[in-house]
Amino acid sequence: MLWETVRLAARAIIRNKLRSFLTVLGVVIGVAAVIAMVTVGQGSSAQVSANVASLGTNVLVLRPGRQTMGPGPREDAAQFTLKDAEALSNLSVAAAVAPTTTTAATVVFGSANQSTQVTGSTSDYLAASNWQLAKGRNFSEAEERGGAPVCILGQTVRKSLFGAGDPVGQSIRVKSVSCTVIGLFAAKGAGSFGQDQDDIVLMPIRTVQKRIEGKDDVERITVSLKKSVTAERGTRDIQNLMRDRRRIGIGKDDDFSVTNMAEIASMLTSINSVLTGLLSSVAAVSLLVGGIGIMNIMLVSVTERTREIGIRLAVGATSVQVLTQFLVEAVVLSVLGGVIGIAVGLGLAFGASRFMAIPFAPEVWVIALAFCFSACIGVVFGFFPARRAAKLDPIDALRHQ
Amino acid sequence: MTPLIELRAVTRSYGKGEAEVRALDGVDLAIRAGEFVAIMGPSGSGKSTAMNIIGCLDRPSSGKFLFKGAELQALDNDQRALIRRNYLGFVFQGFNLLPRTTALENVELPLIYKGIPPARRLPVARSALAKVGLQGREGHDPAQLSGGQQQRVAIARALAGNPSVILADEPTGNLDSHRGHEIMQLLQALNRDEGITIVMVTHEEDIAAYANRLIVFTDGLITRDTGAKAAA
Ligand SMILES: Nc1ncnc2c1ncn2[C@@H]1O[C@H](COP(=O)(O)OP(=O)(O)OP(=O)(O)O)[C@@H](O)[C@H]1O
Ligand SMILES: [Mg+2]
Repeated sequence: MLWETVRLAARAIIRNKLRSFLTVLGVVIGVAAVIAMVTVGQGSSAQVSANVASLGTNVLVLRPGRQTMGPGPREDAAQFTLKDAEALSNLSVAAAVAPTTTTAATVVFGSANQSTQVTGSTSDYLAASNWQLAKGRNFSEAEERGGAPVCILGQTVRKSLFGAGDPVGQSIRVKSVSCTVIGLFAAKGAGSFGQDQDDIVLMPIRTVQKRIEGKDDVERITVSLKKSVTAERGTRDIQNLMRDRRRIGIGKDDDFSVTNMAEIASMLTSINSVLTGLLSSVAAVSLLVGGIGIMNIMLVSVTERTREIGIRLAVGATSVQVLTQFLVEAVVLSVLGGVIGIAVGLGLAFGASRFMAIPFAPEVWVIALAFCFSACIGVVFGFFPARRAAKLDPIDALRHQ
Repeated sequence: MTPLIELRAVTRSYGKGEAEVRALDGVDLAIRAGEFVAIMGPSGSGKSTAMNIIGCLDRPSSGKFLFKGAELQALDNDQRALIRRNYLGFVFQGFNLLPRTTALENVELPLIYKGIPPARRLPVARSALAKVGLQGREGHDPAQLSGGQQQRVAIARALAGNPSVILADEPTGNLDSHRGHEIMQLLQALNRDEGITIVMVTHEEDIAAYANRLIVFTDGLITRDTGAKAAA
């Protein structure tokens, strides 16, 4: 009997294609929005977790000035020097210390050129920032000390200068400095803020200071801590040392900041999940609106089809049969909307993930939930109109034009 | 012999107090199985009201309604639906077919609600359409059929449920006289050959002439009844 009712409902749906389409549309939009939001949210969480891994654990970043992160006016605090880095590397908690300075520059090879971020640092930079070499070698101590014109390229720079070719051993021009490529980084992908981390040229910091920037600034110092050392202990030791070196009196605030990268990562993760939750609840509201749309159109449909209901009652339909028919109609419509919405939502999520360069991470439970929810919408919002149809009096219904 | 249909002192009033309208004002009526009854009377005299009560679409305000000797005036909506489905067939002035639904599907409808599976109901629906001379039109929509053909689909639908009684409220009211007579011949044949009891409301003398018995309503009362003819 239920199968018959589904067939009756299917016939009624096909008989009025436009109305059915409009009814379904609300659910399609709602479900698609929820699916897209949740899937993109999951993808960006996966991306954030990958970034956390790429940052490396137990890494602290020191910057001059009190401010910790983000834009805003920088305080006038003394810059770090290479001496500071040396002192830090003598600390027992430090495993690797990488003083770093960055500057924008154009790099040229033959007729190809690319404007990129030139990073000056030491051989410790690889360990401290969790970079792997795909090819070639790290800086030697002599190259570092002497500020030799050598560099290691990121995959993005390599692609635009050499295509698929091997850059190691070639000579490129960085600003006006001719420079030998000694290594190639393995790809790292997009960073926490969507920036391309592979758009990098790494040179010894003295080379950048002397030959490219022309000043002795050290913008930041990245310290990776020994495995056994907690971030709290590392931070405390580093702060004590730097306060001594910078002669900050007791009772005065630090004029530099020590940022725990793991903290930033977990903050990013929570921002991400809050955003995903927020967008998903907006999407869920649109799903609710879709459900109300179904109720609305089913109610109109009951009025519009009063005579039809009268005919059905006259030929012997019981109120339960009329009720189930209308209920099944609503459920079939909303499930149809759910299925289309899932397909559309996954499509949108796929496109968006491509666009934002994050993993496409569809979740079975989200899809199953959206499906069940759309069926429930049919039942909940279909019930009231269906009951109204079932309660009609046969003669009143028949007399209705 | 118990009558198939019996009304005892049936009244039906609409509205309350000052505005009360007595559509039926104490009607006594007995119709036996196999009769072909025509009901006539001026507009507003209560013919349709009586038909609705006989057809289990409506309930009397007071009095008794018996079908096959059983009192039905107190049944609820669903119990009356079961009576309609099992014993009654309706033919309306306005045909009342489902729009955008084929002739065959319209005729199938009462069988679907009876819970008869497709394999058994399709031949029944087809043969009902054949009986009213519409073989070959199974797939047509009401919109693709003439008024006479639509009314024949409606008769086929009434027949499909294998009813004891066909109730027809002005079945020829929307048809020209030629089509009207065709429909009457069809009903007459069903009454004669299949023994189906027919109760029909009409405004036309020549249509009423097909029946074996004439009942006239005036102001909610039966004012004339030719009684069952010997043939019935
Ligand atoms: N739903 C209703 N509400 C109020 N009054 C009604 C209703 N249905 C019928 N009536 C009244 O009851 C009386 C009988 O109506 P009924 O439809 O039975 O007449 P009828 O004999 O079938 O007339 P006609 O030949 O015009 O079809 C009329 O006065 C009508 O106005
Ligand atoms: Mg009438």
